[in-house]
Amino acid sequence: MEIIVCLKRVPDTAEAEVKIAPSGVAIESERLTFDVNEADNYALEEALLLKEKVGGQITLITLGDEESEDTLRMGLAKGADHAIRLADPSFEGSDAAAVARILAAAIRTRPYDIIFTGCASADFGESQVGPMLAANLGIAHAVMATKLTVQDDKQVRVERESEGGGFEAFEIQLPVVLAMQTGYNEPRYASIMKIRKAARKEIQLLDRSQLQLAEDQVGRSGSFSWIEQLFTPESGKMAEILTGTPEEAAEKLAGVIKERGIL
Amino acid sequence: MKSIYVLVEHREGKIRDITWELLAHAAQLAQVQEAEITALLIGAQVEEFIASLQPHAHQLLVIDDPKLRDVNAAVYQAVLEPLIKERQPYLVLMAHSYFGMDLAPSLAASLQLPLVTDAVALELSDQGPVATRMIYSGKVGARVALAPAATYLITMRAGTSPTPSGGLNATVTKLPCPFSEPISQKRFLEYIAAQVGDVDITQADIVVGVGRGIKEEENLPLVQELAEALGGVLAASRPVTDAGWLPKDRQVGSSGKTLKAKMYVAVGISGSFQHVVGIKGCETIVAINKDPNAPIFTQADYGIVGDLFKVLPPLTEKIKALKASS
Repeated sequence: MEIIVCLKRVPDTAEAEVKIAPSGVAIESERLTFDVNEADNYALEEALLLKEKVGGQITLITLGDEESEDTLRMGLAKGADHAIRLADPSFEGSDAAAVARILAAAIRTRPYDIIFTGCASADFGESQVGPMLAANLGIAHAVMATKLTVQDDKQVRVERESEGGGFEAFEIQLPVVLAMQTGYNEPRYASIMKIRKAARKEIQLLDRSQLQLAEDQVGRSGSFSWIEQLFTPESGKMAEILTGTPEEAAEKLAGVIKERGIL
Repeated sequence: MKSIYVLVEHREGKIRDITWELLAHAAQLAQVQEAEITALLIGAQVEEFIASLQPHAHQLLVIDDPKLRDVNAAVYQAVLEPLIKERQPYLVLMAHSYFGMDLAPSLAASLQLPLVTDAVALELSDQGPVATRMIYSGKVGARVALAPAATYLITMRAGTSPTPSGGLNATVTKLPCPFSEPISQKRFLEYIAAQVGDVDITQADIVVGVGRGIKEEENLPLVQELAEALGGVLAASRPVTDAGWLPKDRQVGSSGKTLKAKMYVAVGISGSFQHVVGIKGCETIVAINKDPNAPIFTQADYGIVGDLFKVLPPLTEKIKALKASS
């Protein structure tokens, strides 16, 4: 089985304070920590499990700066076989449609059966790249995928989440793009030894001309959408904040619960 | 005159609420710039929906065929692709639902048309539509502009619509299914219902939800003790069930359960949109979070900005004392 995993390095903003940069179209990223996108990490694990089960090789692909090679090396340390970084100054400003086009150009030149992506990125959360990649390659896809069963070398059974905790099952012809949901496997950790070994592995670099893409197919000029302005959301309705020391705040909350007759 | 198409989302014999919201968005846009609203009804045996949709659109396009029975984005795409190409509506509004997420991006890429997903607001400017969406864990808003195109595709988040639409009387046009052979690339097999666990959090009066802020599984008893003192049950946001610290049936939100509790206490939960949709029906919402800018505080009635590890122990004690005295 030829397996491809698309990975993205993203800032962790869930537990951090986020500030808009003076440009007004980006955030200040200096004080943020970066790591592999959470859903991509689950996608990578699904790929590793698949390889263990049916054999084959895993190729990792990322589009990003030199620092995103950390993400590729983490994947190599966990058991992926090859890693590719798509890098070109002209890729700057690419929207999801352009990113999908660039990824498709890189994938088209090699064999592939199953392509994994995360179902959403923690930064923009558009949930577009996976299914757009499938459309670029002219193959099927499923997003919010939770479970994969290989039936034979032609088709797979895929379950995906639907609203309210249920699932939908599909039979899909290979090749396929699966945008994986979080939480349905347990992403492994790589051993120190394997991380050291992965540090010496080669990462293939591909630029725009090697991908045979025209300048107007990538970056801002190859994009359909761009951020015009970022803003801090108006808080609108705001909770009544119970102030004081933890004890005082707890006391106030107990008072509210009593007053409202909740218990 | 501009033409706004709205894709009707329905499931198991019922039109989903998000459809009415999309129609309301369309009506609001049509007030600003004169536009004709077309509702697109696709499925098998969908006649029963026609009457309820008519007051909300000028035109209703119905594609009713046994081949369109299953909820399969690949099948919908095979219907929509030629239809959009031929009719070139200015806007196509779809739901940012699990179905819309499976459908819209590949539809847009196949047609090479601009797409904004998960928009919370939409305006029409002379340069084209401008959509607003939330990024970076909901902490930043973004106004997104789109390149000039014949058709723009937008998926809209639930719970964002203005006042409901109505007062129209759509003409009904039936169209044939554009393909004769079933789509074989992706075939719908079955629906698997949500698992049922030992505790039904949807029926509980008091629910304490725990999120990423709890940091380690070993810290869960701290929250469990608060839930017990309150006589409530323990629930969780996605990161906690993803990590396997609590079973999936305790997950609150769009991919989990919808609560209708008298009181919901969110502990260490930032308040992503996906979580918040599950708690909107709770009477009183309390949030405990260390980040004063966490979106959960805009949903809560009462908030404590602080370290949950410092706030929870005294809170549990005060609740116990309150219970003992009553």
